[in-house]
Amino acid sequence: MAGVMRERFVEVTAELLEAHDRLSVVTADLSADLFEQARRRYPTRVINLGIREQLLISVAGGMALAGMRPVAHSFAPFLIERPFEQIKLDLNHQNVGAVLVSAGASYDIASGGRTHQSPGDVALLATLPDWTIHVPGHPDEAEAQLRQAATGDGLVYIRLSNQSNREPYGLQGAANHRFRVLRKGSRGTVIGVGPLTDTVLAATEPFDVTVLHASTIRPFDAETLRTVLDDQGNAAVVIVEPYLAGTSVAEIAAALTDRPNRILGLGVGRQELRHYGTSRQHAIAHGLGAAGMRLSISDFLKL
Amino acid sequence: MIKAGYADLRNLMAAMTGDEKHSNAATSTLDVLWVLYDRVLRVSPAMEEERDRFYLSKGHGPMAYYAVLAAKGFLDPAEFERFGAFQSTLGHHPDRVLVPGIEISSGSLGHGLPLAVGTALGLRARGIDSAAIWVLMGDGEFDEGSNHEAIAYAGRASLEQLNVVLIDNSSASHGWPDGPEARFSTEGWAATRVDGRDHEALAAGFLRPHPGRPGVVVADVEHSSGH
Repeated sequence: MAGVMRERFVEVTAELLEAHDRLSVVTADLSADLFEQARRRYPTRVINLGIREQLLISVAGGMALAGMRPVAHSFAPFLIERPFEQIKLDLNHQNVGAVLVSAGASYDIASGGRTHQSPGDVALLATLPDWTIHVPGHPDEAEAQLRQAATGDGLVYIRLSNQSNREPYGLQGAANHRFRVLRKGSRGTVIGVGPLTDTVLAATEPFDVTVLHASTIRPFDAETLRTVLDDQGNAAVVIVEPYLAGTSVAEIAAALTDRPNRILGLGVGRQELRHYGTSRQHAIAHGLGAAGMRLSISDFLKL
Repeated sequence: MIKAGYADLRNLMAAMTGDEKHSNAATSTLDVLWVLYDRVLRVSPAMEEERDRFYLSKGHGPMAYYAVLAAKGFLDPAEFERFGAFQSTLGHHPDRVLVPGIEISSGSLGHGLPLAVGTALGLRARGIDSAAIWVLMGDGEFDEGSNHEAIAYAGRASLEQLNVVLIDNSSASHGWPDGPEARFSTEGWAATRVDGRDHEALAAGFLRPHPGRPGVVVADVEHSSGH
């Protein structure tokens, strides 16, 4: 099986199309070539609309109204940001389900510049109710999330990335969207989200802190967070998200209203960098390399 | 539940607004809706899976739509006196979750046709070939770019099950040279224009077959000012 999330998505979806005759795939040219074989086999269920992203979401909504389970796919800015009102009205407001699968994440396409980067997609989608938002940290996690989404009927977003952890930390507990406890400590709690967890583990290696891995960020697993904090004297929580910094800080605050707490949200900055280069250079520029992350965490936790 | 005829529709609308006389804007859809529900759509309050679908894209001024649905037994006109109230199921834009017989929630312009393209594709994928999908939109709504993504794709995909009735009351601010139908024809749709108040002409336009391609009927209705 493919070791890159987008290729894995195509492989697994082709297999799921065979097993589930209500499943359909809708594209707007991106990845249409990768789905060509599946389209020849299931021409009425694998649809490429051309470069029409408003239509992409509306067609998913219309298919769901006809009893299908649609999977719509494009780069994150064109899947979530450009047709956002279609998501709000043609999916949520019609009370139908769909699976949205994006590629590109915050800066996978670093050399493509701002137009192909979408650090705000999760924050934007999280303004709507009822979305399950997956941020897989490994192709195996993405596969498990896709398989579960294909047979469900709810609203599911799967945010694929070229970045990946060495191991699929999130497979355990994936079915019920729980965080996984990777390390136990006493001085604070750090939540690594999606493919940033390996960097979080490296950054916190010298510290006596609890480390959690999240591969699903909505619904937010307040229960696991509260459970690990019960072992700690003071609630100091850092969340490291591979998209807009602070996206889930309000979720943590809401989970901890019954106790004093301090929260730090690390992630991609709001300002445009106006730089190209590589995704690693962008991570470092946003303080999401191991060294920068270690500095922010030790400063916040006074370690 | 009642069964009523065309002559009763204005009284049903008056139960919502208290007005005995309605502006042309409020009734621009009335004749089209009546002819569709009375003579064209194969749909009953049971909402069978193989029914024809009607998507009111132009969700403004839904009184005529509610009145026709009540006349055909889909919803109870007792609800009309609470039209627009907090606890009412009947808002100034319709909600499919709240109102029996309503297929899509609408109000924001340019969503009905793109949704209908998806439904046509979905029904085709499921092998339900007998169901037609009808979309009602306006010439002002036609300004929205999302419609043009849908028209181009539906033409190329030969979506024969898909039908649009576009009510032209000249409300597009910058107009449509050669009429909106020219944009459909270019994309391979079967297009025709009829008098939007003439029930026989509307029925003839609606029932004209368009094998292998989607169809649009432009219904000419007198211009009215205001929304």
